[in-house]
Amino acid sequence: MSALAYTVADTAVVARRNLLRIPRQPDLWVSFTIQPIMFVLLFVYVFGGAIQTPGFDDYADFLMPGIMAQTMAFGGFVTAIGLSDDLRKGLIDRFRSLPMARSAVLAGRTLADVATNAVSIVVIVVVGLLVGFNFSTSPVEVAAGLGLLLLFGYAFSWIFAFIALYSSSPEGAQSLGFIVIFPITFASSAFAPPDSMPAAVEAFANANPFSTVVDATRALFVGAPAGNDVWGAVLWSVGLILVFAALSVHKYRRAVSS
Amino acid sequence: MRTLRGMPTEPAIEVRDLRKAFGDVQALCGIDLSAPPGTILGLLGPNGAGKTTAVRILTTLLPPDGGTARVAGLDVVKDAAALRARIGLAGQYAAVDENLTGFENLEMVGRLYHLGRAPARERAGELLERFSLTDAGDRMAKTYSGGMRRRLDLAAALVARPPVLFLDEPTTGLDPVSRLQLWETIEARVAAGTTVLLTTQYLDEADRLADRIAVIDHGQVIAEGTPDELKTQVGGERLEVTLEDYSEERAAVEALAPLADERPKCEHGILVMPLDQARGDIAEAVRRLDAADVHIADIAVRRPTLDDVFLVLTGHAAEPEEEEAEQRAEEAAA
Repeated sequence: MSALAYTVADTAVVARRNLLRIPRQPDLWVSFTIQPIMFVLLFVYVFGGAIQTPGFDDYADFLMPGIMAQTMAFGGFVTAIGLSDDLRKGLIDRFRSLPMARSAVLAGRTLADVATNAVSIVVIVVVGLLVGFNFSTSPVEVAAGLGLLLLFGYAFSWIFAFIALYSSSPEGAQSLGFIVIFPITFASSAFAPPDSMPAAVEAFANANPFSTVVDATRALFVGAPAGNDVWGAVLWSVGLILVFAALSVHKYRRAVSS
Repeated sequence: MRTLRGMPTEPAIEVRDLRKAFGDVQALCGIDLSAPPGTILGLLGPNGAGKTTAVRILTTLLPPDGGTARVAGLDVVKDAAALRARIGLAGQYAAVDENLTGFENLEMVGRLYHLGRAPARERAGELLERFSLTDAGDRMAKTYSGGMRRRLDLAAALVARPPVLFLDEPTTGLDPVSRLQLWETIEARVAAGTTVLLTTQYLDEADRLADRIAVIDHGQVIAEGTPDELKTQVGGERLEVTLEDYSEERAAVEALAPLADERPKCEHGILVMPLDQARGDIAEAVRRLDAADVHIADIAVRRPTLDDVFLVLTGHAAEPEEEEAEQRAEEAAA
């Protein structure tokens, strides 16, 4: 077998291992699915009435694409916690002592987390439909929107893989993750229109790639004006994947655990 | 050099002047090690002595700062990729996936050694049977006892039948029965031709298993030899006589003095004397003490233990000192 074929085969073995763990470790991803449900309820029923969203019939139509993108970003925590756990328990040492492809542990991990993200999206879509959200675009656009969300989630898994490799403990990875994720997801177009924010925050929100992903998802799900957001979101996601995959694999190759 | 199957063989493990520092902490200050094929080399030392660092370098997990290390004829830096196919590693933290079953763990490791799907499954079944884990094979590893986990960890290290095996404190935290079982398994692997490097802070473990022992402290090999050679360094057998009555100390010393070159020492009613077989044995000592009217509470021959060796060599007992200093230093460096 060629080196590439080994890399693919090794990645599949690691991905399978991580998929087998999902039903056996439900507490981990259930919490990251319940969290966005809380956000949906909080924003629709507590803050929603006070947030003006011109051009949208219902705040739920404005909010749900944002919550879905945020759920993908939070999916990175599943990657970080799983990887930190493997590091702490010595599993990464075992993998690194095996004649397997150097990229397979991280690639298998992040690929398996696409599956957990898909489960989370299904749950959030169902909750969204219950609180009054409606898809108003063609099935092709809806499918493209779901694909975009999963691609974006994959990018965040790599960002969080990188965070986990540089943290000394799962707790450290978790708090560092929150520091990254809160400004990015809240200072964005996800929960309120940026033009309602102070100038500096509005500028940040408009430049924030997370806003690009949210706006693209909104365009694909409820037909909001897209501009270049869809291609922008794809490019941002692919760019983040390339950069953080390279950085993470580089870190993994060198000594990572104590 | 020993030969295997009539062929001259190079050492399975050959380490020259290996050095590694983490920041300001010198973890290894130039150690030399050598192990012929089919033998157990024991690396004995307290926590923080550099044992784990040595194992991590030899298993390609950590690059050395200097020196050379060859395992199974391959350089640990230049030939790292090829070497990984020829070694097995079992660590002190029992690196098995708790959420996979025993079978799934071994199958996964087999596939990552590129055995192929069917052979990996077959090998997993075989190893579960050999390690008495067949009944637990379809249970998640998190339900296993400590001893079962260690056995599964060791089985994972053996999946690819590696010629060289690294065991980093394999019995730390195990109950005595599990410990004995693991020892027997290791001995069986070595009888089948595997070379083992074993780190331990337990002296009896090194004594029981190792063909040769390197005593390591503060990143340096401070003594090397067979267990018997090391014990001889601190002197041979000693006779210990416990007296019933302290006032008879002087009489006892006088009675036994002709039996040894050194004058016997006597403190707190216990007389200690190097035992010289050529000049008489315990029976002779007893006869002399009896003739001198000395009353004996207890009499025994003591062989030096590796504890004595350690104390003599390092000036401190083999207690875990500087708990996890090594680990903290590595974390700081990472």
